[in-house]
Amino acid sequence: MSDRLDVRKTYKLLINGAFPRSESGRSYEVTAAKGEFLANVAQGSRKDIRDAVTAARSAQAKWWNATAYNRGQVIYRLAEMAESRRDELAEHVALSEGVNARTSQKTVSASIDRMVWYAGWTDKIAQVLGGTNPVAGPFFNFSIPVPSGVVGVICVQESSLVGFVDAVLAPICVGNTVVALASETRPTPAVLLGEMTSSSDFPSGVLNIVTGITSELAPVLAAHEDVDGLDVSGLAPEVADEMAALAAGSIKRVYRPHQKELESSLRRLRAFVETSTVWHTIGQ
Amino acid sequence: MSDRQLANSQLGSLEYDPAPESAAIAKLKPSYGLFIDGKFSEAEGGAQFATVNPANEEQLSMVAQADAVDVDRAVSSARRAYDKVWSKTTGAQRSKYLFRIARLIQERSRELAVVETLDNGKPIRESRDVDIPLAAAHFFYYAGWADKLDHAGFGVNPKPLGVAGQIIPWNFPLLMAAWKLAPALAAGNTCVLKPAETTPLSALVLAEIVEQAELPPGVVNIITGDGSTGAALVDHNDVDKIAFTGSTEVGRMIQQRTAASHKHLTLELGGKGANIVFDDAPIDEMIEGIIDGIFFNQGHVCCAGSRLLVQESVADEVLRRLVRRVEQLRVGDPLDKNTDVGAINSAAQLLRIRELTDFGVSEGATRYTSSCELPQKGYWFAPTVFADVSQSHRIAREEIFGPVLSVLTFRTPEEAVAKANNTNYGLACGVWSEKGSRTLWVAERLRAGVIWANTYNRFDPTSPFGGMRESGFGREGGRHGLEAYLNV
Amino acid sequence: MPNIESEAQLKALIASLSGVDAVGAEARAAKLSTRSIKKSTKLAAIDMAISMVDLTTLEGADTPGRVTSLCTKAMRPDPRDLTVPSVAAVCVYPDLVAHARSVLGASPVAVASVATAFPSGRASLAVKLMDVREAVSAGADEVDMVIDRGAFLSGRIGQVFDEVVAVKEACGDAHLKVILETGELVTYDNVRRASWIAMLGGADFIKTSTGKVTVNATLPVALVMLEAVRDFAETAGRTVGVKVAGGIRTTKDAIRYLVVVNETVGSTWLTPDLFRFGASSLLNDLLMQRLKQQRGAYVRADEFSMD
Repeated sequence: MSDRLDVRKTYKLLINGAFPRSESGRSYEVTAAKGEFLANVAQGSRKDIRDAVTAARSAQAKWWNATAYNRGQVIYRLAEMAESRRDELAEHVALSEGVNARTSQKTVSASIDRMVWYAGWTDKIAQVLGGTNPVAGPFFNFSIPVPSGVVGVICVQESSLVGFVDAVLAPICVGNTVVALASETRPTPAVLLGEMTSSSDFPSGVLNIVTGITSELAPVLAAHEDVDGLDVSGLAPEVADEMAALAAGSIKRVYRPHQKELESSLRRLRAFVETSTVWHTIGQ
Repeated sequence: MSDRQLANSQLGSLEYDPAPESAAIAKLKPSYGLFIDGKFSEAEGGAQFATVNPANEEQLSMVAQADAVDVDRAVSSARRAYDKVWSKTTGAQRSKYLFRIARLIQERSRELAVVETLDNGKPIRESRDVDIPLAAAHFFYYAGWADKLDHAGFGVNPKPLGVAGQIIPWNFPLLMAAWKLAPALAAGNTCVLKPAETTPLSALVLAEIVEQAELPPGVVNIITGDGSTGAALVDHNDVDKIAFTGSTEVGRMIQQRTAASHKHLTLELGGKGANIVFDDAPIDEMIEGIIDGIFFNQGHVCCAGSRLLVQESVADEVLRRLVRRVEQLRVGDPLDKNTDVGAINSAAQLLRIRELTDFGVSEGATRYTSSCELPQKGYWFAPTVFADVSQSHRIAREEIFGPVLSVLTFRTPEEAVAKANNTNYGLACGVWSEKGSRTLWVAERLRAGVIWANTYNRFDPTSPFGGMRESGFGREGGRHGLEAYLNV
Repeated sequence: MPNIESEAQLKALIASLSGVDAVGAEARAAKLSTRSIKKSTKLAAIDMAISMVDLTTLEGADTPGRVTSLCTKAMRPDPRDLTVPSVAAVCVYPDLVAHARSVLGASPVAVASVATAFPSGRASLAVKLMDVREAVSAGADEVDMVIDRGAFLSGRIGQVFDEVVAVKEACGDAHLKVILETGELVTYDNVRRASWIAMLGGADFIKTSTGKVTVNATLPVALVMLEAVRDFAETAGRTVGVKVAGGIRTTKDAIRYLVVVNETVGSTWLTPDLFRFGASSLLNDLLMQRLKQQRGAYVRADEFSMD
């Protein structure tokens, strides 16, 4: 009896709801933590970044215009998809991070619970970060948190799934759209999750994922003037400093994680919102 | 007959054929037990009572009458579940249970809508488009608080109260169940819920949903019965919290009975909402808003805009358009998808509406009643508008809880505010004007828990709802809605 | 209702109109679109809609051949079923009116012509009036004019009014439909104001759109126009019709509009004399739905002629 030959997967980019190869045609080898070949993953180029930012920008107004309830439903559905495909995610976490099956299953569970956590924030963040301000005059004054716009995320290199979820869903749940550079060495769990957004009613362009060489792509994202915010978590401190300096060119909001960020911290959520305050006269 | 003639003979009228939803979708059982400790069981004494369809007085099913023993069983089960399981369940876990319930409500939404319409008498369009979606949304919203209570503004790690006894009314049966259960469970309490006597069925389907969601037994208990069941629950010593929605009369009694106890209490009671219309109101949307405010749900709404306070300069024109619009309301079979106004929920309520309306006539107000045909069987009341109502008339002061609007006038914004506030109630008001500054000026002076501007009867799980003064205390919805179920 | 004798008087009247709350108007339209129209009501509504269609072709590439096809279909939408009513009118560019007239002969289908530098309206008044007169002398029964949106949006409503009056005069016996181009007016307040200006100027019909811009007829816009027509009938004692045009492709959509008419102005307006659909592909969908109701099964598009 012969062994059945399996159909192997090509790992592509996620741009504007579609899954193209890199326009440069390049790919690079990703190995598992223990050294064996895992996949040829698309090696994204500056043009891919450009296209991803364009997609994110054109999706942003519509994403923010949807109701908070609707955004929450979409993110919750991603959790549903991830739960039903958890074994696939666990396998890739295990291979990428070099952990055993039990640990990788726990990691997947943790990431799904984080998705659920973010899903529940969409219609509450305004109640926590916003409010009315009792100004000294006959005015109704209220502050609302609005999204910065398009956020570039340079994902952490080691935490292939949980780190990815935190980095992309935090800005998304408050109304931003995201261009994410997945971990260079451990990209496949992120790519899988990206595929799952496709069946989760995520509108095209809300989450875009470019895989590739971080040192090549990070500066492109950092300097791109139509990106409003930058998360430099995936960079070594000196490199992060350089990218932050590049980002200053268009006054981007730059997020650098704390050493030990608490799970329940709102820092990531606050990083990419702008407070908009409205005054309205009160009088007959 | 020529082409044109045939078409012409149909022209000039568009009478809608009946478009009935099928009652069979409700999948009603001949009888239901009490849902205690994760399963259905008969009442200890075996007592049952019938629930009928108010649109035709036909029996829908038999439900159990819970007596004091059953109440004790339910509370003990809730206590056990709280001590042994639920208080040890993390917020993240509670969150996922609530998300399951929300999803199951969405999946069974059509069935729930038909059950609700059969049992309550409200139009299927409303059950389908308002009640059920809002109930699911309420569970979705509070699901998302369960794992982030630290951020709710009540300090870090706020604790639940324990066992909550919850008594809900018949006007929005499933939605009221959602308003009670969702925040209580999110905050970590266990619950004993008593639905209204005339509308037990959707809560019993919700019990099935709780089962399907595999909530640990005893976390949610649903016990049916009449007023005595509610009283037994209120009096039970092992209940930490009582939440009641219903009439001010009963709310008063509950507050008295719990005054000397350790029980936390929130009340959501009656109202006599004032819909204030200024001369610069957007006229067509305002007429719709007045209509919505009092005829939505047959006027069985605590926050109904049952008083129209219209600026005197436009009163005649507004009344003329109102009466014209009332004539267009389609009153009839609640299961017909084109029905606007359904049946009155019970014979008792119908009697009360008739009594107060007769009083309105004898007090000297001018009565306009829709000329719509009412079905022979069932409990029905034709939409009615009273003009020339004075502040001192009974129909301007007492809650009718039916499709009856009282119209009064005012001259200045200050007078409008004074008249609107001249009541012991304080639940809801509406303000209609295109001038923002005046709307805000009026809003901050109205003594009401909810103020709608250029709209009415809008509900959202993120928006706190509740009254001032004799309309009760405590809020449901929003971050504020958690306060009622936390020990803070 | 006093005669309009100056722009100042017109401005005062327009300023006195109530505003429209967009949220409320859209909510009302959405609620009306949940009406369930089935069985014999649906059949009656389909036939009603067919008889209200202005079957339209307004393309640069139009030819006499195209117009012949259109007119044949207009008179006999389904050659195998003579119980199908004919449509209300055909709608063409002015230089094809004479040809349409000759094909239609004595049939009850009217010839409507667009005019006044349709669709932009950007030409001198003299040119626009000439456009109208030629269409009328070529045999047009109805004229669909466009208002000057530039004038409206820059506040020169007196000019908008005067143009409607002048075109109405140039129409002679022909009926005048005034296209507001609601997609360019954008706000419901503007739609209400433009509706009144057109009606005061003598419009027999007010019409939503040219069909040539991104946003054409919508249910809330139709609602606002029908409310204007209702109020105008009460104040000025004259009944003006409403035509919705552009983007109405399905029977479901068409029936939703009929419901809005029925529940806003009442069944008096449910006649081709007071309500029209400016459409092209809608007709085939109406025919398909009509056949489906009779046969009880979904039918395919090729059952009917493509134009």
